[in-house]
This record gives sequence, structure tokens and C-alpha cells, in this order.
Amino acid sequence: LSDDIYREIILDHYRNPRNKGKIDNADVVIHDSNPLCGDQIDMFLKVEEGQIKDIKFDGKGCAISQASASMLTEMVMDKPLTTAKDISKDEILENIGLTNLGPARIKCALLSLKVLKMGMVKYYSDKEPATAEKMEKDSHLY
Amino acid sequence: MQSAELEINKIRKDFPILTRKINGKPFIYLDNAATTQKPLSVINKISDYYSLYNSNIHRAVYDIAEEATDAYELTRKKVRKFINASSTDEIIFTRNATEAINLVAYSWGRKNIKNGDVIILSEQEHHSNIVPWQILAKEKNAEIKFLKINETGNLNLNELEFYLNNNNIKLISLCHMSNALGNIVPIDQIIDMAHRYNIPIFVDGAQSVPHIKTDVTSLDCDFLAFSAHKMLGPTGVGILYTKKKILEEMDPFICGGDMIKEVHKENTSFNDLPYRFEAGTPNIADVIGFSAALDYLNEIGMDNIRSHEIDLTKYALERMSELKQIKLYGDTDMRNRGGIISFNLGDIHPHDLATILNNHGIAIRSGHHCAQILMEKLDVSATSRASFYMYNTKEEINIFINALGEAIKLFQL
Repeated sequence: LSDDIYREIILDHYRNPRNKGKIDNADVVIHDSNPLCGDQIDMFLKVEEGQIKDIKFDGKGCAISQASASMLTEMVMDKPLTTAKDISKDEILENIGLTNLGPARIKCALLSLKVLKMGMVKYYSDKEPATAEKMEKDSHLY
Repeated sequence: MQSAELEINKIRKDFPILTRKINGKPFIYLDNAATTQKPLSVINKISDYYSLYNSNIHRAVYDIAEEATDAYELTRKKVRKFINASSTDEIIFTRNATEAINLVAYSWGRKNIKNGDVIILSEQEHHSNIVPWQILAKEKNAEIKFLKINETGNLNLNELEFYLNNNNIKLISLCHMSNALGNIVPIDQIIDMAHRYNIPIFVDGAQSVPHIKTDVTSLDCDFLAFSAHKMLGPTGVGILYTKKKILEEMDPFICGGDMIKEVHKENTSFNDLPYRFEAGTPNIADVIGFSAALDYLNEIGMDNIRSHEIDLTKYALERMSELKQIKLYGDTDMRNRGGIISFNLGDIHPHDLATILNNHGIAIRSGHHCAQILMEKLDVSATSRASFYMYNTKEEINIFINALGEAIKLFQL
């Protein structure tokens, strides 16, 4: 692990987060935190016919958690909500250029993905409980 | 040793871990408020117990069991002397300072705290000196009042006086030194105030006893808790000091073997002090190991440790305040402060800073330091914290300052 982890991408997303804020009439609002660092992420989703029409996050915490949340919102915008279930841990880590993160800090990087997957399950549990249950099983997250 | 200047190089040789390299750099350990490193004498003491006289204590009659019992009880005698308690009956071994607080909250608290009573804490307490009292207060329908701290982290004794005059106070429980800010509370003054109103006082000494000479007889505190592992000793050993006359009236906490005198189908009589509060096989090896830590501290001298830490902290604070992006917390008057520095650097999150410093071989702490009420008061979610002990040097602080400079560059502050 070197100082490189804080270069370019992370710093850019930390200082200029994309899709940061709230959605007033969101279909799903979901919150989680990482007790170790105290990182907090709220995610707001606007979903139409299974597609993510808008996504915003709000939160506070370390650069890794906030930057990865910002990047994740860009990744899934305008994609089907169910894409969330297929996003892997490695994909996130590669995307933000952190393939060498220790176990303590990996949780920071993956918090937003966890929140998104929770949001997906929450969205479907109202509409199709059976699908939601299967998603929860398949998303291998918690 | 008489000289105020510690022979640091000699001391450092006693700590095997300090020769490590982390990420290719010499290891610099600045998280001593969390736990301290162990000298070889402590490590060997534990190893000798397992190699030479491992056995259970207090019961068996064969030689090695007597050796183990003697060694275990010798630590108790050394602890008594170290804090100048009047009797070894007043020294109880627990797992850690947290358990010591829980013991008192359970045994003393359940008997003495009643509906409508008030327990006084402060905003800078560690969670371990909050949660046990909160649970007790809920159960008994009692109330907790938090003494406020001001912008430098100090208490206002007028506020305490006001509470003492106006409320049904039954206990005051305060840390002597804040684990998050390093501020030292004027505990002797507070104990005098409490006793003028006949109110007992619990002192959380987890941060102070390892760094400041502590004399329970002259302090006259009713309870004192501290942890061996924060003062060169092994993990898994806490110490509860309680005045004998209070201890005699307290019911047992954990029950089982060793804390009894006789057990019958109908009833049980409890053992004498202090064994009544040490049920089951205790942490024999580590209690024995702790005696070597106390020897080490006595040899260096607590006053010398304190003055070395004052030197280091003063120097570190001076150097750190040269960084214009830094926010330092706590009192700057070293008479009111131990070797702990909490700070934030621009908008760098403490966890990011700790990761960057780790790349330079430096271990600091980042987070809320189990003091979330204090963090709320400071209006931050976390701070970075550097904390010193006898083996830290000004050279290490220089490297630490340079690494902070690197972090500033990296985050383009």
C-alpha cells in the first residue's frame, strides 16, 4: 500500500463528489454506517420500470468511502436496478484503483455498494418479495 | 534513576517491537493511549510462568502451585505499593478497567443507587465510564448528569458545586485524564468537593495511572480503575482499587469458584476480600507478567516518565502548530495535559491520515476514541490522535511532522 491510493481518482471524487445530495421524492432511501470509521452513507434512488432514473448519495466519512460512493453512482446511473446485484467487490476496488487495500479499509470502499444492494432489496421487497429474497441471497454482501 | 533525562536509547533496547520495520520504515508507535508496548522483562515473565510453574492458584498444595500463588499475590502487593493503598484487600484483579467499572456499577450501584438519585459524569468520559452507569440508571430510574467541558476541554468546577448543592447526587465518576484530549482533571480538588458532601467518587485512571504518580491514600478517592496493558503490562489485567470499608459492604459481581468460603445446597458464604471479587481461574500468567511492568516503571520512576512526556508533548505541539492547516484540541498548558494530542488536518479524514502515516511506518489512532459525546461537543465525527510514552523520542516526532507535511501535499491542502 502506498500513498498512491490517494492520488487522482480518489481525491477528485472526494473533493468534487458526483451525484451528491438528496432526492426529495425518492422511491428508496437507505442508510448504513461503518462503525469502525464512522463513515455514513445515505442513498436515494428514483426508479422507473426497473431502471435507475436518478441516484444521489449523501454522507460523511473518509475519502475512500465518499469517493467510492461518488463513483458507484456514476457506474449505475441509467442502468437497471438489478445490476447492483452483479457488481462485485473487486469491480469496485479496481474502479477506484484500490486493489491493495487492507481489511480495515476495504469496508470503507464497499460501504456504498452495500447500501446500494440494500436499497435494491428494499425496493423489490415491497413489490416482489420472492425476488427480493433471492436477490438478498445472491448478492453475497453482508 | 535520578536524572530527569531518560536514557532513551537504553530504554528502547528493552522493547523488542521497536526494532521492527513497517512498510520499509522504522516503526514509530504513537498509539500509547490505546495500549503500550511491552519490555522483554514482561514478555519473559509470562513465558517463565508457562515454562516453569504453570498451575492453578490458591488451592493446590504442590510446589509449583505455591510458586504460582506467591507470584500472583506478589503482583497484588506491588500494585498496592504502586498506588499506595493501605491494604492488599483493596486490590482486585479484573480483565480490564472496563470490567472494573462494571463491577462497581453492578455490585455497589445496584445496592446504593435508587429511584431519583443522580450520578455525575462528564462530557469527556470514555464509553466505558458512561454505558455501565447508563444501564444502572435506567434500571433504577436514576439520572445521569454530564459536566460540560469548555473549548479547551476543561471542566467548570462551579457547575459541579451547583449540582452538589442542588441535586440528589449519589456518585461522581470521572476520568483523571481524558483518553481523547489528554486533559488532566483537577481530581484532588474534585474529590475534596465530593467528600464535603459525603459523596463517593470513582476515578477512571486508565490514562492517568500509567503516566502520573498516583497515590490513593493522599487522593482519598473511593474507587480507582486502571489497566495493566496501558502501562507496559499484558492485556487481560485490570485493577480495581476500592476503599476497604466500601468493599466490605459490596455484594459479589461474578460468582463461582474461589470467591466462596462454603457452598451448601441452601446457601453459600463468600470468601474474604479481595477474593470475593475474583471468581474462577483468573488471568494468572498476565497478572504475574504485570509485576515485571511495575518493576520497570518503578525503576524508571513515574516522575521521570511524566517529565519526559511533558517535554515530548510540548515539542510536538510547537511543531504541529507550525502547520497552518492543523486544528489542535485540548489544553495547551502542560500542567493540565498528558502525552496525548488530538488533532485534525484540513479536510483529511483521520482514517485517511492514519493510512498515510502508516505508509511512513507511523502508528497513530483515528476515530472517535470511544468518546462520541466529546466528539459531538467538539463538532467533529473523528480526530487523529498521537500519544506518547517513555520510549518515544523527538526524532520520532520530527519524522511524524514530516509525514504530516507529506499528507498535506498529497491532499493538496
